[in-house]
Amino acid sequence: MSEMRKTIVVGMSSCNIAAGAEKVYGIIREKMADGLDVNLSITGCLGLCFCEPQVRVIDEDGSEHLYVDVTPERITGIIDEHLKGGRPIAAWASDLNQGAMVKLLGKQRRIVLANCGRINPERIDDYLAQGGYQALERVLRENRPAAVIDEVLASGLRGRGGGGFSTGLKWRFAYNNKADKKFVICNADEGDPGAFMDRTVLESDPHAVLEGMAIGAFATGADEAYIYCRAEYPLAVKRLDLAIAQARERGLLGKSILGTPFSFDIHVKEGAGAFVCGEETALMASIEGRRGMPRIRPPFPAEAGLLGKPTTINNVETWANIPWIIRHGAADFAAQGTEKSKGSKVFALAGKIKRGGLVEVPMGITLDEIIHDIGGGTGSKRQVKAVQMGGPSGGCVPRQLFDTRIDYDEVVKTGAIMGSGGMVVMDETTCMVDVARYFLNFTQLESCGKCTFCRIGTTRMLEILTRICHGRGKPEDIPMLEDLADQIKHTSLCGLGQTAPNPVLTTLRYFRDEYEEHIHEKRCRAGKCRDLCSFEITDRCVGCTLCARNCPVNCIAGASKELHVIDQNRCIRCGVCRDVCPFDAVAVR
Amino acid sequence: MCQCEANDLEKIDAIVGRIGADATRAIPVLQEIQKEFHYIPLKAIERIAATTEMTESQLYGVATFYSQFRLSPVGEKIIRVCHGTACHVGGAEGLTEALEARLGIKNGETTADMKYTLESVACLGCCSLAPVVMAGDKTYGKLDRKKVARIIDDLEGGGESR
Repeated sequence: MSEMRKTIVVGMSSCNIAAGAEKVYGIIREKMADGLDVNLSITGCLGLCFCEPQVRVIDEDGSEHLYVDVTPERITGIIDEHLKGGRPIAAWASDLNQGAMVKLLGKQRRIVLANCGRINPERIDDYLAQGGYQALERVLRENRPAAVIDEVLASGLRGRGGGGFSTGLKWRFAYNNKADKKFVICNADEGDPGAFMDRTVLESDPHAVLEGMAIGAFATGADEAYIYCRAEYPLAVKRLDLAIAQARERGLLGKSILGTPFSFDIHVKEGAGAFVCGEETALMASIEGRRGMPRIRPPFPAEAGLLGKPTTINNVETWANIPWIIRHGAADFAAQGTEKSKGSKVFALAGKIKRGGLVEVPMGITLDEIIHDIGGGTGSKRQVKAVQMGGPSGGCVPRQLFDTRIDYDEVVKTGAIMGSGGMVVMDETTCMVDVARYFLNFTQLESCGKCTFCRIGTTRMLEILTRICHGRGKPEDIPMLEDLADQIKHTSLCGLGQTAPNPVLTTLRYFRDEYEEHIHEKRCRAGKCRDLCSFEITDRCVGCTLCARNCPVNCIAGASKELHVIDQNRCIRCGVCRDVCPFDAVAVR
Repeated sequence: MCQCEANDLEKIDAIVGRIGADATRAIPVLQEIQKEFHYIPLKAIERIAATTEMTESQLYGVATFYSQFRLSPVGEKIIRVCHGTACHVGGAEGLTEALEARLGIKNGETTADMKYTLESVACLGCCSLAPVVMAGDKTYGKLDRKKVARIIDDLEGGGESR
């Protein structure tokens, strides 16, 4: 790359692209065709999803400028002023050393995300330049598989997919099982709605996952691997395929890797849309070409996994931690975190949050620090009500427990789980009964049907919750929900069923009054359940007409600068008026 | 329901030839079939079962288990409304309603002219842009009822086809 030219790097992850990065990239290409003399590159997601698309300009002297919220108009301005004129536009750039960004980045500790949004994920040389594949080279050169497992064990790394099982132990089990053939698998079937860590890592730093898997395969004695990736992540699949091809070309995958006797190759398998395939035995059934239904364990995969062979399954984030641990040593990794939860964890912040995106924080940080200091709270006048952690297997942690530390065991005490790292923030406009109904609807649809209580019990729970949301709840519904929840938890084979009741149980535990209001008073204070609420415009209305203009059924009357009125007979209680009102003048009754 | 012509059978055979004929290849074979025909014609299941070690029951079982597979034709463009947690909290139901009204069909249906199919999906993984809709290959974020109807206007106004 020429040092005499400026470099412009466009964030091209799914989230950037959805925000409009392709247009921005196209404009730069057009200008280059017209003679603009710059180096153009791409990168993945920096985690700052709330202000995408992002473009980084690196001046000839190496100084960097990160432009955020880059619209087609802005990129034209950036090209004219900064790239051609040499005058950076401070107003559009984000100063990472000031204000909110310091809070946002200062509390983070990036291991898995270190390269994300920094390197070009489609160029193996970028990864190599960051020390990539050095860890693999070292373990192959030292040729002591058991020592690698000891190192991972000493790091205290636990499975980042949700279970939290010791990664080192898992490897040791597979290592101890002698067999003619062994596999490793990367679980990239990131199915929890509200979680997108794995997608980002695969799109932004695919080689870290490949290197981690190669090290795991060497340590456990495997020579073949599968990455089971959601079909909903086409860009992740594309970049994985590319990364695998490049690694093969460099002799980092394939036969006799780096001239050693170790041979290892990776296949990418696209999922076909089944949440239960995140469960390891279902995932293996799916790779074998069958319906993805879980089976009884034992035997555990480490003993009899894919095609009956010993198999080590870890998720994307877990694998991506491995090269760092080998390179920096277990002690450095274990130096952060709590007694039983070491290292850092990536969380996907979404929902009613000001600075949504990906964050990687040291274990032991509090929920409040993540949601308020890093995420900036709701970003509206409304207060945070709860955070949903762990997706359909997790639960809603109320605001009063935000001093909870991020630690596998501490989070479990709240009734939620660490899960894969989805955090969906909810405010006063979120109805907790509706949230419980939402998750039960999800698990009921995704239950594979093998276990009766999971198949029928979740259906019954969903019926009850739907009834409550429609104002037909009965006093006996709450004990019935609790009874069903208990039965489902104890009679389901896999994690899906065992944890399906969690969203209901945690909302019952912390927001029971909302259930009771729905049942006894036929009222939804959040204004979400349409049969149980109505909206009224209060005298705070200044007559800005915004609600009337946004009402989908045009049922709001009122002249400019006069109090507006909702026609209750025609109102569909969608709540749009409340969402758009800048004066907080729409009240829920 | 499928009028498989001779050249369709050739296409099916070519896919099996390319992807593989052993039982573990059922999912990728069906994925390629769907890419080719935009759904899984029953004739394709019969043909694959007749020519490989996969059975009709395995193929049908797989095709009905995974939500990606469809057994009936779909519209030219699939509009997927994300109903992940963040999108749900952000008003995804309203988007589905607005699209139903704009397209004159219910969720899960296809327009009479076979142009659009309206669907819900669990999570597209762009939660920070919630609520999100994917139309064809393109993702639209930070939507509301008004903006979502404009996606259809965009597509109607000479938007690129699949």
